[in-house]
Amino acid sequence: MTATAPPRRAPEAGPSSGKSAAGRRLRPRIVERLRQGGLPYLLLLPAVLAELLIHIVPMFFGILISFKNLTLFYIHHWNTAPWAGFDNYKAAVKIHQPIGQALLHSFWVTLSYTLLSVAFSWLLGVAAAILLQDKFRGRGLIRTIFLVPYALPAYAALITWTFMFQQDTGLVNHVLHDQLHVTSSKSFWLIGDNSFWAMVIVSVWKSWPFAFLALMAGLQNIPRELYEAAAMDGAGVWQQIRKITMPSLRPVNQVIVLVLFLWTFNDFNTPFVMFGQNPPHQADLISIHIYQSSFINWNFGSGSAMSVLLLLFLLVVTAVYLLVTSRGRSENDV
Amino acid sequence: MSRFTDQPSPMAQPKSFLWTRRVVLTLLLAFVLVPVYVMLSSSLKSLQDVQGSFKWIPHSLTFKPYIDIWKTIPLAHYFVNSVIVCVSATVFSVVLAIFAAYVVSRYRFMGRKVFTVTVLSTQMFPGILFLLPLYLIFVNIGNTTGITLNGSRLGLIITYLTFSLPFSIWMLAGYFDSIPRDLDEAAKVDGCGPLGALFRVVVPAAVPGIVAVSVYAFMTAWGEVLFASVMTNESTRTLAVGLREYATQNDVYWNQVMAASIVVSVPVVAGFLLLQRYLVAGLTAGAVK
Repeated sequence: MTATAPPRRAPEAGPSSGKSAAGRRLRPRIVERLRQGGLPYLLLLPAVLAELLIHIVPMFFGILISFKNLTLFYIHHWNTAPWAGFDNYKAAVKIHQPIGQALLHSFWVTLSYTLLSVAFSWLLGVAAAILLQDKFRGRGLIRTIFLVPYALPAYAALITWTFMFQQDTGLVNHVLHDQLHVTSSKSFWLIGDNSFWAMVIVSVWKSWPFAFLALMAGLQNIPRELYEAAAMDGAGVWQQIRKITMPSLRPVNQVIVLVLFLWTFNDFNTPFVMFGQNPPHQADLISIHIYQSSFINWNFGSGSAMSVLLLLFLLVVTAVYLLVTSRGRSENDV
Repeated sequence: MSRFTDQPSPMAQPKSFLWTRRVVLTLLLAFVLVPVYVMLSSSLKSLQDVQGSFKWIPHSLTFKPYIDIWKTIPLAHYFVNSVIVCVSATVFSVVLAIFAAYVVSRYRFMGRKVFTVTVLSTQMFPGILFLLPLYLIFVNIGNTTGITLNGSRLGLIITYLTFSLPFSIWMLAGYFDSIPRDLDEAAKVDGCGPLGALFRVVVPAAVPGIVAVSVYAFMTAWGEVLFASVMTNESTRTLAVGLREYATQNDVYWNQVMAASIVVSVPVVAGFLLLQRYLVAGLTAGAVK
């Protein structure tokens, strides 16, 4: 009885062939074939159908309507919408025309928002994970508390931040103006230049626990002997962190930086809950920009073209990132 | 409390490290906890109190906001909508994902690569990419067949599969990979079919992973704003959209908003913290690999 027998040899093949009635032989064979060849596909079928329904068909549909002039007028009969060719795309990339200009602006806002948010989230995540690596009193409690922003429903947390950023009644101005006297007057946080920074702060608050969680998991895989050996050789804590912890975390870091980048770049919740459907110019993130042109200006063709462009950008970024990091990794292995 | 193996520190830590640890952790705790404190303390204030300048310590405590939240807006109705939509989306995606992940993890079949790459890559696609076409598809299905998907709970459940299904397949396949194949091979030798092996051996062994995936799927759906704001109408509105209604034309009932936020957060946060051990184990096995 070898447990590693290949699945193709089903055990019932032996006894069933002993009974020589043709009809009886046929049924097990069909069942068997179904089990061997068909079953994986059968089990996969529901997921494949769902994937087709929710991803593949909508994607092709989205690409199709990006070539159409689909406005509110045609919404109930999208196939009668006039063909637009590449017009939607041309309008989106013409950076001297209003549509292209707004899209480019929104792209830069999103890019800087994403880079800042990912950088700070990662930094806080690494710091907290490393500082909580060793046992000390209260460690478990702190770890649990750090995960709270991750567990809170996005809109509940975001609404609270919106309240804190209120000009008259918010905590932020109360601390900065009333208590610390840093600002001469109560500043606006949800309009104007500050709105961008308010959004970054909230985003970091929401995302750093994810980096922390993943890095904590990553730290578990570092063999303790490495630290012991380094300590024997006289390396201090800071040197151990630099020489052992950080290099060992590289694979985890690569994953979380990419995941955080994609999440933040696609972020819709933060601007939508903080500012509503019309975010300030300084906080006009790309996903809400597309939302606006589709569901407020009711121009689905243009919105779809922008979504496709966004997707292409993210695909290129991901491909380049994976290429660069995997190259770095294979050099390390040698 | 500890969810990880506690390892003794290999050497005495220098003062600089201990001080850095104290300072950084204190600042981080403050950063994390201030909004939570604001949420809790403001939910216990009177409307007059939250309309003035912010106060760290409430003048007087009142539970009135927790009573009023149910009357100001149909919060209970939105709560039921959210529960129905999120539970269904979670159950659908996890059940579909168990079958798919089992196949991906245990069989080498034609199209395996295409399937896994598709599932993995759709995870990075922006939600807005699917929102527009799905919205139009739903509108068109409604026009041609009379089945109302747009604005219905079913429609929202289907759209929630766009993020919960690929995520569940991906995580569960990783988790199933970590369960020794010998286990289900042995079950098959003992007379179980592949399905028997899946349900008698693999699924029981993967309970932590399945719990983790379910909680994550539920949490993501519970906090979802984009689809909920487009795909719902007055009767199917979820909490994510409903909470905005505490803002009237003249006032925002901030104390009620905060009370409602606490009410919608407590089940999820409690579930998350209770199942933390499973969640971290599931994440480690499924994702970090």
